[in-house]
Amino acid sequence: MSNKAREALVDPLFNDNPIALQVLGICSALAVTTRMDTSLVMSIAVICVLTLSNLFVSLLRDGIPTNIRIIVQLTIIASLVIVTDQILKAYVFDIWKQLSVFVGLIITNCIIMGRAEAYAMQNPPGMSIIDGIGNGLGYAIILMITAFLREFFGSGSVFGKQVMPLVTEGGWYNPNGLMVMSPSAFFIIGFLIWALRVWKTDQIEED
Amino acid sequence: MQRSPLYTILFATAVCIVCAVVVSSSAVSLKERQDFNSALEKQRNVLIAAGLLGDKEKVSPEEIESRFASIRGVVIDLETGEEAADIDPLTFDQKKRATDPATSRVAPANAALVKRLPDYVLVYLVEGETGAIEMIILPIEGYGLWSTLYGFLALDADLETVRGITFYQHGETAGLGGEVDNPRWKAKWDGRKAFGEDGLPTIEVIKGPAGPPAEDPYRVDGLSGATLTARGVTNLVQFWLGENGFGPLLDKLGTREERRAA
Repeated sequence: MSNKAREALVDPLFNDNPIALQVLGICSALAVTTRMDTSLVMSIAVICVLTLSNLFVSLLRDGIPTNIRIIVQLTIIASLVIVTDQILKAYVFDIWKQLSVFVGLIITNCIIMGRAEAYAMQNPPGMSIIDGIGNGLGYAIILMITAFLREFFGSGSVFGKQVMPLVTEGGWYNPNGLMVMSPSAFFIIGFLIWALRVWKTDQIEED
Repeated sequence: MQRSPLYTILFATAVCIVCAVVVSSSAVSLKERQDFNSALEKQRNVLIAAGLLGDKEKVSPEEIESRFASIRGVVIDLETGEEAADIDPLTFDQKKRATDPATSRVAPANAALVKRLPDYVLVYLVEGETGAIEMIILPIEGYGLWSTLYGFLALDADLETVRGITFYQHGETAGLGGEVDNPRWKAKWDGRKAFGEDGLPTIEVIKGPAGPPAEDPYRVDGLSGATLTARGVTNLVQFWLGENGFGPLLDKLGTREERRAA
């Protein structure tokens, strides 16, 4: 893999993370991260949609008329999201039920529009696919860390497996109610961004 | 890239057609599987309310079907409690009927915030080998704190002892109001009496713990941190067991004294 390709894949993980640095896609990160299994399915859905939308936008990039390019991107993304939603509904019905509207809201996830407009419109299909996977993984990493912390402290479990027996079930762990509410994701993502900027000081914004 | 208007229009049309074909073909080809999933999900919930299926129990679709064999869906007229023999329970769409003005009416003001009452409702009967009713499973819905809760309530053959309750759809706070899904809490309903001595729906979710069903038959343990959701559950259960809900049906199946004697 060339240097440029490796950069496109690895950079979005920590150096240029879509959630932590670009602060995109926060809405769904707050909503679906109460449990790890829903987060995992959401991450996979976003990776698929992002990769494919980058591919198709990149393939069409020389043909798309400039004045309607945003609506064309949106049409492609919306179609991919609807297909994804239909597939989830058919094959993982339980998780589809829990994700409810948030699969549909991938359409408005800024990461996907952002990458289509900023990257796929200027780069060849191969690189755009790699960029899509990289950014999707960057989103997935933050989502999974947040979900792990929220599920672990909020429900005492990991991927639905009870690791800390709850008081209500006769165990010893009194779950942290804040962790199951959306605001906790704000705090966790905030702390993650903080930690990331302590590690990678070039991400700190100048006043 | 600046293009001629004709090109722009043709390009937009082509994109639309391709996307429309992709979306509609995926919807059509997956529809059968999705309908199967929804139907299965509904059967699962009826079985859970009836106590014939554990909450977390993972069973094959065939197993669900076989356990469902003793259960019969019956469409009834909500107002009279009469069975509507001309409506097929298999194709009955409860939610659609409850919102369609042609098949529903405005509900009288009620604490459960039920807005419309359907003319016909699908209930489920668990029948023994002789055809006698062993259990009746009623659909219930009403407002909690954030959302409408949809579920089922199972009554014993005496039509007053609760056998089970379950909610298959709600948007209450996970870990607080969402604990209505907790199997340990749901198990606390089993054996309690829905109707008081005066024959009115009395069962309520209280704050704090309730006694065992034999000593404290009309009260169910509260959900800590979820007083409003619990109040919603009380309201909706009482509403559906009352005169505007399934009262007429329950009366039709036998008066209270008859039921007791039987």
